[in-house]
Parts: sequence; C-alpha cells; structure tokens
Amino acid sequence: MNTYAKRLMWPVIILVALIVVNIAATGIDFIIPTVNDGRLGGAFVNILRRSAPLLLIALGMTLVIATKGIDLSVGAVYAIGAAIACQMIIEAPDQTALGLVFGAVALALVVTAVIGAWNGVMVAYFGVQPIVATLILMIAGRGIAQLITGGQIPKVQDASPFTELGRGSFLAVPLPIWIAALMLIAIALLTRKTALGMLLESVGGNPEASRLAGIRSKGITVLVYLVCSLCAGLAGLIGAANLGSADANNGGLWIELDAILAVVIGGTALLGGRFFLLGTAIGVMIIGTLDDTIINVGLSSQWQFTAKAIVVFVVALLQSPEFRGWILKPFKRQPDAPAPEPAPAEEVLAK
Amino acid sequence: MSTHQLTERPSRSTLFDGLTRYIPISATVALLIALYLGGVANYPNFDNPQVVAKLFIDNAPLLVIAVGMTFVILSGGIDLSVGSVMAFSTMACAWLTVEAGIAAPVALVLVLAFGTAWGLLIGAVIHYFDVQPFIATLVGLFLFRGLTLQISDTDVSMREIEFFQWGMTHVDFGNVRDGGFWLPYLSFVAFAVVIIAFVVLHYTRFGRGVYAVGGSEQSALLMGLPVARTKIGVYAVSGFCAALAGILAAFATKSANPLANVGAELDAIAAVVIGGTLLTGGAGFVLGTVAGVMVWGMLNTLIAFQGNLSSWWARIVMGILLLAFILLQRVLARSGEKRRT
Repeated sequence: MNTYAKRLMWPVIILVALIVVNIAATGIDFIIPTVNDGRLGGAFVNILRRSAPLLLIALGMTLVIATKGIDLSVGAVYAIGAAIACQMIIEAPDQTALGLVFGAVALALVVTAVIGAWNGVMVAYFGVQPIVATLILMIAGRGIAQLITGGQIPKVQDASPFTELGRGSFLAVPLPIWIAALMLIAIALLTRKTALGMLLESVGGNPEASRLAGIRSKGITVLVYLVCSLCAGLAGLIGAANLGSADANNGGLWIELDAILAVVIGGTALLGGRFFLLGTAIGVMIIGTLDDTIINVGLSSQWQFTAKAIVVFVVALLQSPEFRGWILKPFKRQPDAPAPEPAPAEEVLAK
Repeated sequence: MSTHQLTERPSRSTLFDGLTRYIPISATVALLIALYLGGVANYPNFDNPQVVAKLFIDNAPLLVIAVGMTFVILSGGIDLSVGSVMAFSTMACAWLTVEAGIAAPVALVLVLAFGTAWGLLIGAVIHYFDVQPFIATLVGLFLFRGLTLQISDTDVSMREIEFFQWGMTHVDFGNVRDGGFWLPYLSFVAFAVVIIAFVVLHYTRFGRGVYAVGGSEQSALLMGLPVARTKIGVYAVSGFCAALAGILAAFATKSANPLANVGAELDAIAAVVIGGTLLTGGAGFVLGTVAGVMVWGMLNTLIAFQGNLSSWWARIVMGILLLAFILLQRVLARSGEKRRT
C-alpha cells in the first residue's frame, strides 16, 4: 500500500491546491454542495457531473495503458455511440417510449463494444502497434459518425427519457456521477479482488513472458480494448444525453488526449505494468477542476489549453527519472559520498 | 517470431532490404494512378492538367508538415504538435505584421526561427529526460492552440500586407486556357522542401543517422552515431516544417484562423504511413510521403467532382487505406521472416 500512497501523493496535493485556489477565489461555496429541487448542485458537484464521461473513458484507458497499449480512437467512438443512440431515437415516431431508449442505448453499446473488439484483435492477433491500430479509427471514426447522422446534428426532444441519462438524478446525486462511480467500483473490484488485475499488469510488463507463464494474453488484450471502447460509448451516451444532441464533429473532441493525460497524472506509466485506478479518478478531477479554476481566478477561457499544456509538461518532467536526477543534483551534497538522506525520508512517508 | 508487437520489430525481415521494401510505395503509386484514371473516366474536365496542379496548391502546407513528420517517424518518434504549431505560425505572422507592424520578411524569419527553436527544445526534452514523444509533443498541441487563441479568437486578415501577395503569384506552364496549367510560388516552396528533404535523408550523414536511430537506437548508440544530435534534429526539422507550413497557409489564405488545422497532424501521419513509412521507424521514403499526400488530395478532388458527397468520406477512405497499408506491412514483415528462417 505504501507505493500506492506515494504514487497518489502528488496528484492529491495538486487537486487540493486547485480546490484551495478556487475557494480563495470564489468562497467556501465552491466545495459545499447545495440541494436544489431535491438534487445536489453547486460548483464542485457540477465539475464531477461534467467530468463523468471523461472518467469513464480514462478508466478504460487505464486498463489499456496497463497492457502497454494506448487507445486513440475513444474520441471517435464517443461520437459514434452518441450518433447511433440519438439517430435511432429521433427516427422513431414516439421519442418518449422507454423501450426505444433502452434499445437505442443497447445498440450503441453493442456497436462500440464490437469496435473495441476490432481494435483488440488488430493489436493482439494481427500484431499491429496499438497506436497505429487505433489511429485508423481515430481518423475514420468521426466520418463514420457523420455517416450515421447523415451530416446533421440529431436533436432529441427534451421529453425523451434518454436525456435523463445526462441530466437526471437518483437519490439526489446526478446520474452521470452514479454511472461513473459504479464503473470505477466495478472495475476496481474486478481488477483488485480477482486475478484479472495481476494478469493485466503481467501482460503489460511482458506479453511474451505472460504467455509462457500460461496467461492467455491475447484474450486479455482484446477484452481490455473492448472495455475501453464500451466505456467510451457510454461516455458518448451521457454526453449526448446531457446536451440532447450528438455532434459528430465536435462531440468528445480531444477527449482521448484528456483521458491519457488523466491516466498519466494519476501515476500510471505509459510503459505499461502497474496501474492506479484511483489515481486516474483524481487525475480526471484535476483536469475538470482546472477548467473551472481558470475562469474563477479571472483568466479568459482561452487559457484552458495553455494551462493544460503546462500541466502535461510538469507531470511528464516530474515522472522522468532523468529530470528528477538532474534537478535534484544541486541538492545532493557530495556525489562520491552515498547520501544518507533518502532513508529517513522513506520512514517519514511510511508514517 | 519472438513477439507479436510491432514495437519490437522482428529481427529478420526483408521489408527493409531488397525489392520487397518497394512494395508499399508501389502500391501507393498504383493506387494514385488508379484514382486519377477513375476520375478521368467518370468526370468531364478531370483530365485538365490543372487538376493535378491544384493538388500541389491546396495541399502545399500539408506536404510540408508531412515531410517534417517523415523525419520524426523515420527516427521512431511522433510529433502531435504540428497542427497547432502551424496554426500558431499563421497567427504569429498575422500578429507580427498587422498588429506589431514588423516588416513581413523579418516576421517570417522570426516565425521560422521560433518553430525550429521549439522543435529543438522538445527534442531535447524527449532525448535527455526520456519523456515519450507522444506526451512531450502533446504539450505542443495544447500549448500552441492555447497561445493562438490568446493572440486572437477571431480571424485576422493579412490582405493589407503587400508582401503576402507573393505566395499566390503564379507561373504559367503553357497556355492556361488550353491544355496548360499554373502553379503559385508557394507550391515551389513545398517542392524545394521535398527535394532538400530527399537529399538530406539519402545523401547526408544526418539522414543516414535518422534511419539508423529509427532502426535501433541502441545499435546506433553502440556504433558511435550522434544519437542525441539526430533525435533532437528531427524534431527541429519538424518544428521548422510546421512553421513553414503555417507561413504557406498565411500566403494561401491571407488570413489567420485560430481554429485552423485542427487534426492536421493526423492527416500528416496518415499520409506518411500510406506513403510506405513504417510507424515504428527505420524504413520509408520521403517521396512516398509525397505520394501519400497526393492520395489524400486526390480523394478530396474526387469528392469535389462528385459534388453530392460530404468531405468526411475522404477521412473514411483514408482510414480504410491506412488499415490496408498497415496489414500489408505486417504481411510483408511476416513473409520475410518465414523465408529467412
């Protein structure tokens, strides 16, 4: 648990710092949830609600990255999932029928799962590099989404139960937060309470050694891409339900980059192996809070990209052992004397 | 076969030597010819030479960034920042000349120097701090899109600046109205970039170093090749090319749009792969990239001639082609292994 706590320390500190900045700028109301019309509101709850699609995708991405892969197609899959569900609903005569909405959601999820399985087969069985295999759909996917919607932006009636997926609430907590939290718990239980998590890390660490050890690494790879794509489709549904429409061009634009960023902030290395689901969740919250922080401290919204760039840069450098060695060099007293400092520092952390 | 990942390239393969290495590029060229003949057969006026010339007018900026991308991919890296750097360069040109009132040639030199400096910086971060190229260049993607939006979140026109007329000044070949065609100066700039890139890649020490580092960085290091200089150099080349492409876009449109070239990096990567360059590095041709860009341009031209198809069909077809070429590369690599063992 010690390594886990150490990995999570930096993301938690960054998140707390961001929240403190927000509280300083807008008052304590930022963090305190309010209850309006029997559902939770307030700035921070809204951040969580809006971050739900990103969390879903980032969770799937964590698993993919744990197997030494990467899935660039999630943004396109997000658009495809949203397009399928919205198009099916608006083509029906009665958009408020519950059966129709369930059918649309199911169809969207099945199609996105098939897409994920395809990515997985490309990686596991055809031996294509993950970045290349998923690049194909990243390029073609939005075109496919356009094909489904016929180049239009389908708008679902506000009365349709479909919009509840993004706007509704259950026990006062917004539904997107429920879905994302349940997915987090489900994946955490599946990977930490069964052997699956260890198998994933093993495949990421060394696929060939895992195969020789009797792990069906190909099947696991396909499963991981399937789950990632399914999460992206679900995220697309939530996003589309929230807006009441599916924009094939801009829905989920660059969400793959945000998701990878969240995973990396959360302490999972892009090289595969160990993965940290809780770290990813904190990473998602950092990204979500960052956007609001920029507005709250009075900068224009154009700063969002720049701030994100700075975060990526700092995180990438902090995770680089070479950089840490270089930056810490002046603080080490003598290069020839073995430094005794690290040992007490370890103990302090352990306490 | 020891591993099924392309990341660790098979140790024995004929994809990289002998005649087999020309198969992907031959397929691209054949495809290009087929597309052209298909267009000629189906649409009137498609055989007008200006149709081909137009490929190099509309896609001159894409050609330039794709050439830069070829260097990076050959060395085993990737550069996601080119689209944003390109948009930033266009915007910087506009801001420096229109707002700051700096003479246009000076502004161009500043922009090119900045693009190269950025490439050097990010290359140094990638090499010395061992940050993955994907993440390091992602910084550029976000940073320059943000900076571009901060300079202006609306279009900036450069029509007032006399200098920017230069790019679209054209040279006529034959009688334009009757069987001839014309090309603007900016196309010649793109051609010059291609020729210089070709010479550098195939006939200089730096170029051979790029292939060697892409083939195996470890081996290149053990052979005493300047790995650091090569790896940083390719990102500098890519940064320079992106800045130059931004300037060409400024010439072509005479305006700067803060949301221009979103996804241009994907088009460039796709063109490079379709042109026969391995995404894992070490094998490929800069002339293949030219063919890849022409395929992309030809697809768009065909869609324009058809008239009733949306431009997103080009993306779908591009994805399918990408798939076909990646599978072709796999098949060639595997058959190569079988023959040797």
